[in-house]
This record gives sequence, structure tokens and C-alpha cells, in this order.
Amino acid sequence: MTVHTQHINMTRTPLPILPISLGVLFLGTAITMPFWGQAYWLHEFVNISCFFIFAMMWNLLAGYGGMVSVGQQAFFGLGGYFVLAMGNLAGVSPFIGIPLAAILTAIMALPLSKLAFRLNGGYFAIGTWVIAEVVRLTVANISIVGGGSGTSLTAFRGVDRVFRQHMTYWIALTCVVATVALILLFLRSKQGLALQAIRDSEVAASSQGVDVIRMKLAVYVVAALGCGLAGALYFASNLRISPDAAFSVNWTAFAIFIVMIGGVGRIEGPIIGTFVFWLINHYLSDYGTWYLIGLGGLAIVMSLYMKDGLAGFIHRKTGKDFLSIKRIYRSK
Amino acid sequence: MLLTVENAHKSYGALAVTKGMSFSVEEGETLGILGPNGAGKTTLFNLISGDVSLDSGIVHFNGQNITTLAPFQRCQSGIGRSYQVPHPFGNMTVFENLITAACFGGQMSEPEAYDVAEEVMNSMGLTSLANQQAGSMTLLNRKRLELARALATRPKLLLLDEIAGGLTEPEAQELVTELKKIKAKGTTMIWIEHVVHALLSIADRLMVVNFGEKLADGEPMSVMNDPEVKRVYMGIEA
Repeated sequence: MTVHTQHINMTRTPLPILPISLGVLFLGTAITMPFWGQAYWLHEFVNISCFFIFAMMWNLLAGYGGMVSVGQQAFFGLGGYFVLAMGNLAGVSPFIGIPLAAILTAIMALPLSKLAFRLNGGYFAIGTWVIAEVVRLTVANISIVGGGSGTSLTAFRGVDRVFRQHMTYWIALTCVVATVALILLFLRSKQGLALQAIRDSEVAASSQGVDVIRMKLAVYVVAALGCGLAGALYFASNLRISPDAAFSVNWTAFAIFIVMIGGVGRIEGPIIGTFVFWLINHYLSDYGTWYLIGLGGLAIVMSLYMKDGLAGFIHRKTGKDFLSIKRIYRSK
Repeated sequence: MLLTVENAHKSYGALAVTKGMSFSVEEGETLGILGPNGAGKTTLFNLISGDVSLDSGIVHFNGQNITTLAPFQRCQSGIGRSYQVPHPFGNMTVFENLITAACFGGQMSEPEAYDVAEEVMNSMGLTSLANQQAGSMTLLNRKRLELARALATRPKLLLLDEIAGGLTEPEAQELVTELKKIKAKGTTMIWIEHVVHALLSIADRLMVVNFGEKLADGEPMSVMNDPEVKRVYMGIEA
């Protein structure tokens, strides 16, 4: 993409052809999957999509915004609860409820940010976790959504099961594509420059005219929106929610794992990381405790020897960024 | 006056680092600041750029009271700053560092920022490093980038914090040549520096700071010959 021909000597990284064509191929296969795939795989795809969107958001927040949150499960759970509450109590179809729940979650993030943003660094991490616990305990005391034992999604009663599964799948697919596209476009925009600058040095960014506080708030709200979307999708697909499942810190732990394996602060990171996580989860999760010990061990090894993750490793070996957001200078 | 600092006070707990300092800088002027380590020179910059807020006192810039503005607003209003320890955006390229500064500090559109970045890279000798990751550069080049990035915000006032420190003599000379060009374009500068001869070759006025107070302020040579300055800064008893 050449930006403004009167400034001809500067070009942006061309939009990457290979990944885009692979993406189109993937999309073609994926869109038609309900017609040839098994219901099990559809369900599996929806679940992993939720992990993926959640991890993309954690990467945006921590990898680009420098806000290491351990409390994103607050928004995941809220998204889930919103979609179930709207469905069960107001009769809103969960298919419409999913995006609505995401928006409501983002609105909730505004007051919560007032609390979280009083803290920095490690304190921010702990603080966000505490906020998530407070949200969990609050929800567990609301009897209309089942209190501590949770509730089931009844809004789908009377909806054909196959139709429901296909619709949920397509919504998940749309959400995945939209998440990747939005983050890519955002990071390639002028605001994306500011976000990368903040990631590298907050002090310098603000001394260069970047409104760091507003930018971080925007990222926090967008991340809440995405986490809410992932949660809404997950619980609309799984039909049952409880405070312990919805607000479990494991959600964020898995997201951190995915991003660390894939490469923090890189847009390809969560894509690669989710795939690795899915492989491990799919084939090794029967090993129970050993599976979790293995995940932890792998994360430690990665953070010691491959800090920039698999995406960073590939970049170092091939010199290529597959979803590049770089601006390249070419002299006259 | 482009910049006026009136009766600035700043303490960290019981330690007063700026004790009621007042000074001003005229448009187009280059003010050099000297002082022993710990005298409060960098704090003075922090108070002007907004990184640290004043306990009491007023800062006026370009006819506006900027005392309560955030650092990013002060940058946008025309105060460019380089730090003593360079703070490059390490994972971004030199070119991206500069367009970020131009886009946000200079409040330009991206295509305009590209032109400014190119111009600044050419004048600072950074063009060949345009696509290099800023974090992987040598100290000299990081210092150059630090200055270039401040320039890309199109400042009216440039705050330079020990940019010649740690450079070899020829490198420092090169830097002075660059600064003279910037000065010739009419940019106002305040330069904190321990490399005194470099500072004297460009400063119109010299101010000496000690223990958060102004010790001397005036024509460079007469300030350097002041017995009190000699005693405090150079350890020469009159």
C-alpha cells in the first residue's frame, strides 16, 4: 500500500499476500464446515475461538498497552452472564445477545478502569485480579441469575439444535475474523503508532505528545469488549454458567500462556499460540495434573529461552513478519 | 519572553530540589545550564516539560500558563525534550520513532509526518539507519535519534539534557555543528551540559545552578569568571 503518491518515497509494508491468501483459503474451508464437519468439531472450534479472542485481547492489553492484567476473567464472565441474563430474563435471542453483551461489558469497564488505573505494574496485576474476584462474589449473590450455583441458558428452548450449532459456529467465525482484522487495522493506523510507542516507553511517549492515559483507557475498554465477546460466545455455546467457571483466573492464565508461547506484543503471537495450546489441550489434557505442570513448565522454558515466543523465533530465522504493521522508509 | 519560570518550588519529602527559582528565556535565545551533580538541573527540565509537577510557582510558555498541563500537552504546545538517558521506542524503527513524534507532538497527518521525518533524518545523518530498530543502535546514534525525535515534534523550545555526555570529542563537535544549524533556524534552546567548551561555543547566556538555587545568570564568559561559580563548579578557590 503506497501512502499518498506525492510523498512517493515512503511506503507502508504491503499487505502480506501469502498470509492473506492462506487466510482466504482457511475462511473458505471454515465457512462451509457446518455442511461437512461433525458437530463435535464445530463445538471445538467455538471453544477455541473464545480462547483465541481472549488471548488476542490480553496481547493487546499487555503486549501493546503494557497493562499486565490478571483479571480479564471479570469481563469474560460478565459477557457470559449478560448473554444468559438477557436471554433468560428478557427473551433476547443469544445470537443478538452476544454482541450486545460485549458492548455492555465494555461499558462496565469504564467504572472498573477508575479503580484499576490507580495502580501500576505488579499492583495493577493484583488489583485487576481482586476486581475480578469482587465481580465474581457480587454475581454469586444475585439470585435471579442462579446465585453461587449458576444457571442454564433457557432462551434456546424450541430452537433446532443443528441450527443453533451452525449459527453459533458462524458467529464464532465472524468474531475471530473481525478480531484479527480490527486489531490489524488498528495497529496499522496512526493510533497504532502511539500504542507501540507506549509499549516501548511510556515516559518517552508522553514527552512526544502522546496522550498515554486516554490511549490506555481506550485499549482497556476495547480489551473488555473483546473479552466480553469471548465470554458471551463461550457460554452461549456451552449453555450453562456458574460464577466459579465464568470468573476463574484460569481463563487469564491460559491467555497468558497462549500469548507467551506465540509471542507477546506481536499480532501473530496469539494465532500461533492458540494453535499450539489447542494441540496440547486436545491431545494431552487427559493427563490432568501433569498436563498443567507441563503447561507451566513450557511457559517457564519459553520465557527463559525464547522471550519473543514462536512468532519472534520465526521472525528472527526468516526475517519475516507475517502480519506486519511496520512502516518502511525508502530513500529517493 | 518565550518561557518564564516564576518562583518554582519542588521538594521530594524533606529534600528541597528547587528552591524558588525564577528565570526566563527569550525567543531564539540559547541558554546553557551548568551546575554540579545533584544541583537540580534535570528537575528543572522536568518542571518545564511537565514530567514532574511543581509544589508552587508558575510556568508560562508562549503566552500561556502551562503550569498544570500534562507532558503531552506541553509537547504539543511546542516544548521538545531529549532525555539524559535516551528513551528510544526500542522495538520501532528510527523512521517510526520520528513519525510518531511528528504525528502526535507535531499534530500532523501521517503523510506530513513522513516528510518531516525524512527531513530530520537527512539533517541528523540518520537516513541510512531509517529502517533499523532503534533499540539496537549505538549510544551516539541513540543520542542522535533522541535529538531528532525532539526536532520532529517541530518545537519552539528545545530542552537538551546532556546530549554531549559520553561522546568522543569529534562526535561532540559534530553535534555542536548540528545544534548551530538548529539555532540558526530560530529554535530556542536550553541546554544542560557538563562538556563546558561545547556549551560555550553556542550559548548566548549561561545560568549556573547549585542546590536548587540560581548561582549566576548572564553573559557566558562573565559567568565563567565569577569567583563563586569557579569555587562551586570547578573547585577553584579564589
